[in-house]
Amino acid sequence: MAEITLIEALRQAMDEEMERDDRVFITGEDVGQRGGVFRATQGLFEKYGAERVIDSPLAELSIVAVGIGAALVGMRPICEIQFADYIFPAFNQIVNEAAMVYYRTGGDWHVPMVIRAPYGGGIGGGLYHSQSVETFFAHQPGLKIVIPSNPYDAKGMLKSAVRDPNPVMIFEPKKGYRLIKGDVPPDDYTVPIGPAAVTREGTDLTIYAYGMMHYYVLQAAEAVARQDGISCEVVDVRTLVPLDRETVLASFKKTGKALIVYEASRFLGYGAEIAALLSDEAFEYMDGPIRRLTGPDRPGVPFAHTMQDFYMPNPDTIADAIRELAAY
Amino acid sequence: MATDLQTAHQIDDTGIELDERTLLEMYWQMVRARRLDERVWVLHRQGKIAFHISGIGHEGIQVGAAYAMRRGHDYASLYYRDLAFSLSMGSTPLDFMLAVFGKAGEPTSGSRQMPSHWSSRELGMLTSSSPVGTQVPQAAGAALACKMRGDDRVVLVTLGEGSTSEGDFYEGLNWAGVHRLPMVCLVQNNIYAISVPMHLQMAVPNVADRAPMFGIAGAIVDGNDVLASYRVMQEAIARARGGEGATLVEAKTYRPVPHSSDDDDRTYRTRDEVEEWKLRDPILRFQGYLRERGLLDEETAQEIEQRVREEVDHAHATAEAAPYPPPEDTMFSVFAPDDIA
Repeated sequence: MAEITLIEALRQAMDEEMERDDRVFITGEDVGQRGGVFRATQGLFEKYGAERVIDSPLAELSIVAVGIGAALVGMRPICEIQFADYIFPAFNQIVNEAAMVYYRTGGDWHVPMVIRAPYGGGIGGGLYHSQSVETFFAHQPGLKIVIPSNPYDAKGMLKSAVRDPNPVMIFEPKKGYRLIKGDVPPDDYTVPIGPAAVTREGTDLTIYAYGMMHYYVLQAAEAVARQDGISCEVVDVRTLVPLDRETVLASFKKTGKALIVYEASRFLGYGAEIAALLSDEAFEYMDGPIRRLTGPDRPGVPFAHTMQDFYMPNPDTIADAIRELAAY
Repeated sequence: MATDLQTAHQIDDTGIELDERTLLEMYWQMVRARRLDERVWVLHRQGKIAFHISGIGHEGIQVGAAYAMRRGHDYASLYYRDLAFSLSMGSTPLDFMLAVFGKAGEPTSGSRQMPSHWSSRELGMLTSSSPVGTQVPQAAGAALACKMRGDDRVVLVTLGEGSTSEGDFYEGLNWAGVHRLPMVCLVQNNIYAISVPMHLQMAVPNVADRAPMFGIAGAIVDGNDVLASYRVMQEAIARARGGEGATLVEAKTYRPVPHSSDDDDRTYRTRDEVEEWKLRDPILRFQGYLRERGLLDEETAQEIEQRVREEVDHAHATAEAAPYPPPEDTMFSVFAPDDIA
């Protein structure tokens, strides 16, 4: 077991899956010789050649659509969108095509493809290199949506995504690409798409998060335990669709309080669905308001660091929200 | 194209080496699609079905294109006007009747989609949706897969001229050009996108004029001439299969009926124009050609009509009597099982 970064884990997953299955190929902007602008595909062009690591034209719609067409006839494409902010030209191909094929053909056709996209703020990326777009896609039935928070899950879930017969979107916390490190087996394993993970046991309240926010939540939970004696349970949602309702509900039934943290803008964000689930199915266990800590209702993360810091939840603001909810 | 009424009944059979049996089979396919289509219009006027989108007038290019393919081997990604194409690929009048009645067992989508959204994995017809143009870059992806595997398959994708204004069309053909994909993009130019005439859709006189911007071949054919259509498509498919890349084929044709059963074409074009185009009807032209060549006499023509009528009657009666899908079919899974083949 070696400690590696989140992005190295993703690269290992792609390398191993391409080695294992010659139907797997990669396409996207700069994924070839350059190895991706974040270096996620570094070395794969040299190893597998231009036929399997394809520098696409600068056109997101067709990066996805070409993946759909190839997947329909039996390939296993991994399509990279350079920044999640740029996925919208492909929105129709994702929600009206990839997501609907299995349903609309009564199971005759299916689309085994992966769409990878770095998401999230905190890197000085401004309005168009910082967005968290998961909710747009989580709303459409037919897409599996994964957001890993650590290298072990990133490798194992990306490998599961490649092997899944359905379209799987994996949003990668780009601020954590090199910041988040962890032990990862150097060989084959998978982490199933579906189950959430309880990543910290506690009794006073439950915090739900995914991706970069999960990383901050663990720091905040540690801080309030040390400073205030508050015992937080943390659930890493990991798979947004299909949601692991059992794990989400079980933790709330244990603690009776919920704080949901996501960095996208607040209104109708993914956490709203978790809040609705808890109030629907665990009302009698509720021991306080279901709280959300989110980005504000502004369309992106501003460039200037003062405004970026204002926008993003961080371990300190999360700790404050925990204290307030614990005192309720 | 045969814009001159003097040439309206001519068929250009230059270089065509189809045997008599195949020529008559192609004629039968065209008549079969036409009579089926006409029956569905009647069913709509009778209030028995909710919606029809017609392929009348497009049978020449569609049958010509389908017969130029290696059917059962090549892939076709079709659009809603392609009834004659779909039948030529191996779907049946009953399949279509089940779709227009929205009945259980409809093979393309279990009646989840509206009719005319062709799809069959077995027959090599890729699944299609309603947003236009989306199939073009998907076809490029399928063609890329064929090229990567070196499996000798060609992908033929069809659309109308209106759909060529979508970004999907440009992005798809750009991939086809950059990667020299084994693909043929067939645009059935019937001059109107619902009501919008071609000159408001594009500033070039021909869709195929755009081929050079993608670095691919372009070709224009009289889509109401089934044999000319067959030849041009055959040449394009041969180029694709031979590693010479994609072709943008434009078939000039006309839709002598409204866009759909919900359209009224009197609001945007004259009756004179429609009547003039009816003289160039692809079935009448092919029939005239076959008679001139002595391949079709009155008796054979009547036999074909009779055979088609019986098949359409049977499909109509069977579909009308078939049960509707149970309501709970709504909840069919959105996800394929892990062990799907």
